[in-house]
Amino acid sequence: MENSYFGKYGGCFVPELLMPPLIEVEAAMRDILPSQDFQNELGELLANYAGRPTPLTFCPNLSKELGFSLWLKREDLLHTGAHKMNNCLGQALLAKKMGKTALIAETGAGQHGVATAAAAARLGLKCTVFMGAEDVERQAMNVMRMRVFGAEVHAVETGTRTLKDAINEALRAWIANQETTHYCFGTAAGPHPFPRLVAELQSVVGKEARAQILEQTGKLPDAVVACVGGGSNAIGIFRGFMDDSEVRLLGVEAAGTGESGCFNSAALNLGTPGVLHGNRTLLLQTPEGQIEPSHSVAAGLDYPGVGPEHAWLKDTGRAWYGMVRDGRALAAFERLSQSEGILPALESSHALAWVFDHPQELPQDGCVVVSLSGRGDKDMDIVRRHLGEKYSIPGQAED
Amino acid sequence: MHILEKKIRDAAQAGRYAVIPFLTAGYPDEDAFWKSLADLDQAGADVIEIGVPFSDPVADGPVVEEASRQVLAEGWTVARILEGLKMRREIFGAAIVLMGYMNPFEQYGFEQLAQDCAEAGVSGLIVPDLPFEEAAPYRETLRAKGVALVALVGPNTSEERMRLYAKVSEGYVYVVSVMGVTGERESVAPAIVATMERARRCFNLPLALGFGLSRPEQLKILPATGQPDAAVFGSALLKHLAGGGDAASFMARWTGEAGRRLD
Repeated sequence: MENSYFGKYGGCFVPELLMPPLIEVEAAMRDILPSQDFQNELGELLANYAGRPTPLTFCPNLSKELGFSLWLKREDLLHTGAHKMNNCLGQALLAKKMGKTALIAETGAGQHGVATAAAAARLGLKCTVFMGAEDVERQAMNVMRMRVFGAEVHAVETGTRTLKDAINEALRAWIANQETTHYCFGTAAGPHPFPRLVAELQSVVGKEARAQILEQTGKLPDAVVACVGGGSNAIGIFRGFMDDSEVRLLGVEAAGTGESGCFNSAALNLGTPGVLHGNRTLLLQTPEGQIEPSHSVAAGLDYPGVGPEHAWLKDTGRAWYGMVRDGRALAAFERLSQSEGILPALESSHALAWVFDHPQELPQDGCVVVSLSGRGDKDMDIVRRHLGEKYSIPGQAED
Repeated sequence: MHILEKKIRDAAQAGRYAVIPFLTAGYPDEDAFWKSLADLDQAGADVIEIGVPFSDPVADGPVVEEASRQVLAEGWTVARILEGLKMRREIFGAAIVLMGYMNPFEQYGFEQLAQDCAEAGVSGLIVPDLPFEEAAPYRETLRAKGVALVALVGPNTSEERMRLYAKVSEGYVYVVSVMGVTGERESVAPAIVATMERARRCFNLPLALGFGLSRPEQLKILPATGQPDAAVFGSALLKHLAGGGDAASFMARWTGEAGRRLD
């Protein structure tokens, strides 16, 4: 294996039985992915099936309030409602070229599961999605969407019954089914080569955003801001600006409820180095190395680790990572909706909240691009639980 | 010759499979665990693998995962296991191996781990999520204190990869019988014969077959070329203990006439 590390982070810490399929994915990434045929076919799918390029939208009302110009990279407008589809189409097509007939995937909130199920249906692949039993209960509509696309959804009952356990179960299933099956990993984490593969497939977001901001304003932005769970939307948009040293790269993690000692999803800010799910990265863990439960109001950020490239970008100082609490993300969700008529996902709302709450840290009369990684329609049930009464919709007691 | 290799070779000399039970540390409770360990040793175990619990055990099936979950809740850690072993180091005839995932060992620190393993009488480590590509620095740290990093190979490990492991491994080789996770299975898949034959060509070390074993009769269907030197069993033993059985009665299956090798 080559280039499996980002500084001291990354690597390939998996059972020997998973090394052959990972070496096979690495070879496909090297030999198939860059070929003109593959790029043409993926480009066609992204354009005419998924809806790329997505717009870069100026926010006139918020820009006036904030004192700098705010632009949104609209991954919410991509097919199935989030940036996830960039990765799923790429990996599904790669799996097909590798001669695989089936995909497996993990999912937390369900966005990656839905995108994988759709891509599998489109490309004629069988699809099995592993989802924590607790998430299956919380996200019944996404389970339904996956099943309507023809995917099989397995509720994972082990461990904390959430995303990290779904990844464990998907890895186990991959051991048993590797001959026919590709593991469509959902974020820029996991064992090598997934962090590089997913970043490569998501880099289309940053490439487009860079060209679009230059076209619309004639210059590069002062800052690019994105939420970070595993970190695939952030690494996707950061990739477009990595070599532009004058552009600040800001990632935003979920701080949880904000109560002292609360569970959170801020591994970059609050974690320590360790090994989970095949890579060395920053993790929320006990001093003895047991992985802690995570929490965020945004299910897509709810993960106790983070992609290894982000851990490295933090160490090198190329990117900086802040934190936002559940309540501020909900406030940002409302503010964007009411100021610009755009309903952001609660994940993306964390990036917006950081910008809204720290205007003094951004240059007046400058230009800020935020990755609007997904749309908020999927979150209405969660929002109702927190804010229902304000909108005269009966809320529901927290379970 | 490393002590782990010697233990297994001695069993072969005596015309039987070496017996390697696996027991999750602290399962089902502290007293029962240390008693089971002593019972397994008394009943003739050649090597005993002690499972170090981890919150996210990707190579394990439901039985070992559940046992890990239970003992984590009871506060079992690498340090507690090593301290317990240190206090008892004179009592075990069997060689002791720790089997656990990378992260708890890494947080403990490999330098310290190697030192404390040596002091506690631990002869080897099995780390399922530490493949050849990542293992070199840790293997050297352990080797400096006489602790072997046991190689794991399986049905999809090519001859080329087995030879990489063969160059650097000591103790014994853990051959995984199935493309799957730990857990008792009815029969041993016939495909294991090819894996065992490949491993024989590549390694000069004893071969221990594991994942899915519960009774020596499962090995009797294998031809001579596919016979292991040692059998590892874990989930079946944990289930036996959970059902109120004791370690000695489980071991009797393996140390009696049925445990004699077909050579």
